[in-house]
Amino acid sequence: MNSAPHTRGDIALSVDRLRKAFGGLTATDDLSLEVARGEIHAVIGPNGAGKTTLVNLLSGLTRPDAGRVLFAGRDITRLAAPARVRAGLARSFQITSVFRDFTALENIMLPVQARQGHSFRFWRPIAGDGSLRGPAMEILARVGLAGRADIVAGNLAHGEQRQLEIAVALATAPAFLLLDEPIAGMGLEESQGMVALLQALKGDFTMLLIEHDMDAVFALADRITVLVYGKAIATGTPEQIRNDPAVQAAYLGEEARDMAGEGA
Amino acid sequence: MTALRNPANAFTAIVLVLFAIVPFAAPAIGEPFYVIVFARIMVWAIAAVSLNLIMGYGGLISFGHAVYLGIGGYTVGILAFHGINSAWVQWPVAIGLCAAISAVFGAISLRTRGVYFIMITLALAQMIFFLSVSAEYYGSDDGLNIFQRSDFGVPGFSLEDNLTMYYTILALLLGCVFVSWRLVNSRFGAVIRAAKSNNTRVLAVGVSTFRYRLTAFVFAGVMCGIAGLLQANLERFVSPDMMNWPRSGELIFMVVLGGMSTLFGPVTGAFVFLMLSEILAGITIHWHIIFGPFLVLVVLFARGGIAGLLSPRSARE
Amino acid sequence: MDYVLLVEQFLNGFQLGIILFLMAAGLTLVFGIMDLVNLAHGSLFMIGAFVGGTLVIVTDSFLLGFLLMIPAMLVIGIAVELVALRTLYPRDHLDHVLATFGLILFFNEATRLTWGPEGLIVPLPAFLDGSVAIGLGITYPVYRLVIIALGLAVAFGLWVLVARTRIGMLIRAGASNRTMAGALGVNIPVLFSIVFGIGAVLAGVAGLIITPITQAAIGMGEDVLILAFVVIVIGGIGSIRGAFIAAILTGVIDTMGRSFLDVFLLLFLPENAAESAGPALSSMLIYVLMAAILFFRPQGLFPPRGAG
Repeated sequence: MNSAPHTRGDIALSVDRLRKAFGGLTATDDLSLEVARGEIHAVIGPNGAGKTTLVNLLSGLTRPDAGRVLFAGRDITRLAAPARVRAGLARSFQITSVFRDFTALENIMLPVQARQGHSFRFWRPIAGDGSLRGPAMEILARVGLAGRADIVAGNLAHGEQRQLEIAVALATAPAFLLLDEPIAGMGLEESQGMVALLQALKGDFTMLLIEHDMDAVFALADRITVLVYGKAIATGTPEQIRNDPAVQAAYLGEEARDMAGEGA
Repeated sequence: MTALRNPANAFTAIVLVLFAIVPFAAPAIGEPFYVIVFARIMVWAIAAVSLNLIMGYGGLISFGHAVYLGIGGYTVGILAFHGINSAWVQWPVAIGLCAAISAVFGAISLRTRGVYFIMITLALAQMIFFLSVSAEYYGSDDGLNIFQRSDFGVPGFSLEDNLTMYYTILALLLGCVFVSWRLVNSRFGAVIRAAKSNNTRVLAVGVSTFRYRLTAFVFAGVMCGIAGLLQANLERFVSPDMMNWPRSGELIFMVVLGGMSTLFGPVTGAFVFLMLSEILAGITIHWHIIFGPFLVLVVLFARGGIAGLLSPRSARE
Repeated sequence: MDYVLLVEQFLNGFQLGIILFLMAAGLTLVFGIMDLVNLAHGSLFMIGAFVGGTLVIVTDSFLLGFLLMIPAMLVIGIAVELVALRTLYPRDHLDHVLATFGLILFFNEATRLTWGPEGLIVPLPAFLDGSVAIGLGITYPVYRLVIIALGLAVAFGLWVLVARTRIGMLIRAGASNRTMAGALGVNIPVLFSIVFGIGAVLAGVAGLIITPITQAAIGMGEDVLILAFVVIVIGGIGSIRGAFIAAILTGVIDTMGRSFLDVFLLLFLPENAAESAGPALSSMLIYVLMAAILFFRPQGLFPPRGAG
């Protein structure tokens, strides 16, 4: 590891020799990783490097075979997904997974009500509930969807759905955001908007950013980890990663091969 | 009254008006038989409303929902058999039993997904069905006659009076629709509906859906149990057949026919399903040979049910 | 306890298990490969009994009737698949349940119209009538032994088909990953028709071989169908091996429970309580077993590979 050393108090998330295999395929191979508080830590790697598996392991949707995950110093390896969210670790999904038949506002009201405690409240309609609408509208405004609050999510444009995806994660009042390819499938203008949004969120949240779009990664990330076949082959500042010969050989080579494959 | 311009709403309104006036209108047109037919329809409508809570709004395809009709009904039947006729005993016991059994069945079946869930709810319901079949003491296949309806001990209010029975059912039906309306639009309902749409996402916003689904499962079980105890009182008879698995299939059909996850869909669905059965059965004893393919056609071509067929096209999209 | 009765009831349970296996094998393949919930599989069991029974009566030969029933069921199965089920594959499970429920109503009524409401009595072939000594001083009906032997032979044949042949390889590929099977150049619609046809034949075999003991009756497939569901849930969807083990387990436990649970309960309960609780509890036994297995293994004993 050629990253700058951190004191323990700085570490928001620490991944210790995490391992996950699906049948014969090792998707996460003794992966260790530390994310400092307040930074944007990008994880890049070619297709099949195990990036989404990593997000699933960290968010608790998949159980690791071995290894530990420490969040703010607390071992959360055995914690179920909802409990991790309540601890402050929220995620977005690579494939937009908002509630398609809910309006944009209702999509945000659900995580808002979740962070206000249990939902065993059976009688009062949520529609007129100011304690849900107010905070939800604020979050929509923050991602730039205030004008689209009453549109059914399934009818939003792709870019807007991606913004909503981030907003749902934000609405859980997290300290830490796991973002799984927030820019995936976006046009140039939309992706610039998303980069600006993430830039604006920086500082308020620690983020682990999975992303394919290298322009976005190098614009946003404080540090980058390169994942190949479930192994971290390098971690460092964008500058260090750009100049790392191992990364160039493994990752850029892969990319080149990928491109050749697509061309054929 | 603009809401009535929507044909689906207008149809619902017609059905509700029919429910209200049939005890007077049917004898007036010389068809008093329709009073009992409509009372039956309303009982089934309560059961369908309860199933719609978990299946329509929650996406949980329970194929054993009729078991709670049986449990509610048999509670009344068995207590009456032992000479306990008080509604203040019968009804709470029936509701409590339905709550307890649906909690156990829910806890088992909600651990599974998809096809497994369908098959397990079916199998658990059949377990109770076979239990009732093997209970020789309580009449096995032949069932139990109930000689006196639930007694509330309130002067001037007796279910023995058919008109009182009828309007009690109607009142409870409207009560159940109202309760399901409040539930669905509450915070609890938001979790249930969201979990139908995307369960993983609900987990990922910090809500453990299992407990909420289980609670919904119990609510639905209790509401269906109320339909069961009403059915026992109405027919003065319970038998294993009221919870045999075709009844569960019919319930699912009523919900789909009326329009899933619409408030009154299960009510109009029960109405259309049972009226159609009644009419076809009047034409030929082999009416299933028409009804079966009709159901297949509904699935293939009219999946939105009546609500979908009658809604203006714009509202469907 | 009378060991003769014990052995007899064990064999009866094994024979029920064989019937359940023949039903569950077809069902589990259809579930596993086509992801289709087919409630009408019980109707195929019934149709096998009526069509096969009629062929037996017309040809006056059980063997000939049985052999003719096989292609008949293959044709019926494929026809049902083509006409009614094919359009359902892209739909969700709820549509499967509803449409195949409608099919059950249709088939039951069509059977009633064709054969009348009384059902059909199929005579036991003379050469299989009677009992034979199987050692330990126990005699057992020849016909039931034949059912067991036939079932084991079919199970072995299925195993060979699935594990050792090209079509079996395609079936296994389809069961674990449909997209991959498509990518391998498999003609999916033809494969589905074949699998459904095989399932229909197996259900028909089960339906016909049981009729000399019971008789062909309207709706006879429905109770068997639900037991087959229990078998599949216990065994794990898509697994032939799971279906076999779970079917035998279910058949033996159900049968033995019905015969001996009251005797067993006598150890703890007074006589009249044991006698009334015995039948009630024994009818619940396999469901309790299913719930217990699910509690520890929500995907059954042999969960399909690659499913989480």
